[in-house]
Amino acid sequence: MRRSRWRLPLRFAVLGYLALLVILPVSTVFYRAFQHGLGTAWDAITSTDALHALWLTFLVAAIAVPLNTVFGVGVSLILARHRFPGAWLLDALVDIPLAISPVVIGLALILVYGRTGWFGPWLNTHHITVIYAVPGIVMASAAVSLPYVVREVLPVLQEIGTEQEQAARTLGAGPFAVFRRITLPNIRRGLAYGVTLTTARVLGEFGAVAIVSGAVAGKTETLTLFISDSIDSLDTQSAYVGAVALCLAALIVLTLLTVTDRKRDDWHKEAVA
Amino acid sequence: MTDVGVTVGDLGLPGGQPAPAGSGPERRRWHRHPPTAPRPALAAAGRMAARIGGPALAVTYLSLLVLLPLAALVTNAFSGGWAAFWRAITQPEAVAALELTLGISAAVAAVNSVAGLAIAWVLVRDDFRGKTLVSAVIDLPFALPTIVAGLTLLALYGPNSPFHVDLAGTRLGIACALAFVTLPFCVRSVQPVLAELDAETEEAAASLGASRRQVMGRVILPSLLPAVLAGAGLAFARAVGEYGSIVLISGNIPFKTEVASSWIFSLSQSDALPAASAVSVVLVAIALLVLIVIGWARRRFNVPETV
Amino acid sequence: MQTTTPHLSAPGDAPSRTRLPSRRIAAVGALALSALALTALPAGAQTGGTVNLVAYSTPKPAYSVLATDFAKTKTGAGVTVSPSFGPSGTQATSVVNGLPADLVNFSLEPDMAKVVKAGLVSSSWDKGSTKGMVTDSIVSFVVRPGNPKHITTWADLVKSGVQVITPNVFSSGSAKWNIMAAYGAEIEQGKTPAQAQLYLSKLLHNAVAQPSSASAALQTFLSGQGDVLLDYEDDALYAKSKGEPVDIITPPQTILIQNPIAVTKTASPAAKAFLAYLLSPAGQTVWGQQGYRPVLPSVAAKFKFPRPKTLFTIDHLGGWTSVNTKFFDPQTGIVAKVEQSLGVSTASG
Repeated sequence: MRRSRWRLPLRFAVLGYLALLVILPVSTVFYRAFQHGLGTAWDAITSTDALHALWLTFLVAAIAVPLNTVFGVGVSLILARHRFPGAWLLDALVDIPLAISPVVIGLALILVYGRTGWFGPWLNTHHITVIYAVPGIVMASAAVSLPYVVREVLPVLQEIGTEQEQAARTLGAGPFAVFRRITLPNIRRGLAYGVTLTTARVLGEFGAVAIVSGAVAGKTETLTLFISDSIDSLDTQSAYVGAVALCLAALIVLTLLTVTDRKRDDWHKEAVA
Repeated sequence: MTDVGVTVGDLGLPGGQPAPAGSGPERRRWHRHPPTAPRPALAAAGRMAARIGGPALAVTYLSLLVLLPLAALVTNAFSGGWAAFWRAITQPEAVAALELTLGISAAVAAVNSVAGLAIAWVLVRDDFRGKTLVSAVIDLPFALPTIVAGLTLLALYGPNSPFHVDLAGTRLGIACALAFVTLPFCVRSVQPVLAELDAETEEAAASLGASRRQVMGRVILPSLLPAVLAGAGLAFARAVGEYGSIVLISGNIPFKTEVASSWIFSLSQSDALPAASAVSVVLVAIALLVLIVIGWARRRFNVPETV
Repeated sequence: MQTTTPHLSAPGDAPSRTRLPSRRIAAVGALALSALALTALPAGAQTGGTVNLVAYSTPKPAYSVLATDFAKTKTGAGVTVSPSFGPSGTQATSVVNGLPADLVNFSLEPDMAKVVKAGLVSSSWDKGSTKGMVTDSIVSFVVRPGNPKHITTWADLVKSGVQVITPNVFSSGSAKWNIMAAYGAEIEQGKTPAQAQLYLSKLLHNAVAQPSSASAALQTFLSGQGDVLLDYEDDALYAKSKGEPVDIITPPQTILIQNPIAVTKTASPAAKAFLAYLLSPAGQTVWGQQGYRPVLPSVAAKFKFPRPKTLFTIDHLGGWTSVNTKFFDPQTGIVAKVEQSLGVSTASG
């Protein structure tokens, strides 16, 4: 690549593509949010509804992400360490949320947990509300972000192989000790990458949450719903400011991502060397 | 690959096994009874629980969140019998929407695969100021809410575009929105594989007299092909389900720019939920098929999955 | 921190304190699950009464004024209005699916019928003095400032080169009003049903966008697409009041939009009081100020809303129940057939 005469043209082509497709739209969001000054932007994001939306979004992420993390690590272990008929199906099923439109995920959740759904009567008798309440939002958010931890951790597990773990087992260590001392440190960075991806997805989810939340302002409105609501009431200022808040959250997440990713690349290089 | 920062010696296992030389910090030796298996029953129970409980818990979680809703969807789709199902999926709007969605998603996946490969190449093999920033930017479309993405794309490339292009109401507009949201998959699938490509093979080929083009075509690209395919598959899967970012710029015209997810939404709003479920089931089935094929291809070529 | 002197551990021992996050993961997972469980429990009651309002999306700005005003009245003191806004059809379905609701306000009657059918609203909801309606409006043309294309009649909409924006009828209640206004206008001008249907075909042919909701349609129009948007008059007035560059043209024939409202069977007294306020002269005046035509004649007289030459209601066209099936069934309705015939000719495009 050093001597290639394609290097510069390729670089500029790539940067051009990224500029048009990604950088420009994102800059526009920021520009429009602060177009009328920091003061108006601040007011927009500190209204009661906005603050509640921020808090709710954070709460949902704080629940859904750990749940998906535990699940992701567990399934990765199962898929990586055990052979059983139907493993290929489990692998594909984990990916299913990627393929279903969020709107459909929301509808499907209602079909199961809604008032007239499969579990509806049971939930009703036990006074548990899932749909149109926070648990529903958490479930929808967890459903759409399900695959990412698995997608990051599984290849690492497959790559590092089982020799260390097997050696540890033969030396008498129990499964938990093996997991804690050997597996976890190895997957730590892939895990971090998966977690940050999951968080990003949960923060930005709109379609499924719109359907299952009922969008009650101040109660079940996440930040993305708040943004959509603001657009509907022609309050584009609030909408863009909300979007900036999400972008900033995503950028924080991304910084963690790039840091862990870079370390992971280094680790790969070490391991290969 | 054993040198990954933690060694067996760190386990500090009993039984008097000395740690391999140079493996790390000193071990404190047990002076009392070596705790080989102080509570064997509990250990065995723990193993049993891990073996059964773990998968059971995972499957339960998956069921509650994905499998059961999916089953409910399928049930709902067939609630009027096969005739109703068939009618729903052969309705001209449905067919048109499905064709449009699948066609554009495939095209976008193809284009973004090439773009993703190029971007990954530049990120891995090139170096310039601001490369880290560029790398970070690539993941942003993934984190931005789709509705905001849609609004800004409309503002930039719609009728009031500062570039005097107007993609609103066109299939190209839809393609742009889809390219925006699927780019990260295509880049991040290829990037790690490219980063790990053994430089030695390339150098060996070159030293044996292979031209640059031959090295490219016979060594590099074949190794990357599985990863590119994997990224394309993921992009396709995401694209067929995409709704929020498309809905504004597409114009949503039936038979022209109405995508499957929009038609499904319309059906669900018109009290035609079984029809909505039916079309969804078809869409999911196709996407699932693509994912299974990709998974097979991945296993076949042994590509580590990323993204 | 990572113990550098490996602490010999074995199964059955108490877990050692290490940096490794497995225990933390388990703890966090457990915490998350319990947090999830806690959120499922019903929330405590509010003091002063709560009104769970479920409404279509357009009146959101109006309701924030109305709620504030209501709180200043005797019956409204201390009452909290907890609103949810969204597409009318979605909102109705949500209520049927269990969204807590004391007061429901939809954009058209079939959505109310859905909720009545589910047994959540009394079937005598429309027996009151205003026949269950809280506001009126009309379908208007929204055009660019100065009306550069001189769009003033329904015939202008189907001229070649005129770009129309109207939402998709299968996902938007507003779209249904638009279509029935167009159809009814033709009938009122003496055309036959077949001719009126042909008009619909021409109208949809000129539609350059059919966004999924009225609000998306407005956004599309404001983004620069189209020459004319078909919309509720109150929505257009709101946009104008927000300084958006639009002009509103009242068509010579148009349909009277009537928005139903009702309390649910389990409504709190606060909700009933709120409804009474909304139908009272004071409330109706606020509605009028927000751009909605009051249903109380005495209040309506105070406002100078444009009077179309011919104003008809949905009853002239058969009532919503029959119209909904005849026109808007996604598989057999007239509009679906029109779209299909249009689509067959443009599907290759």
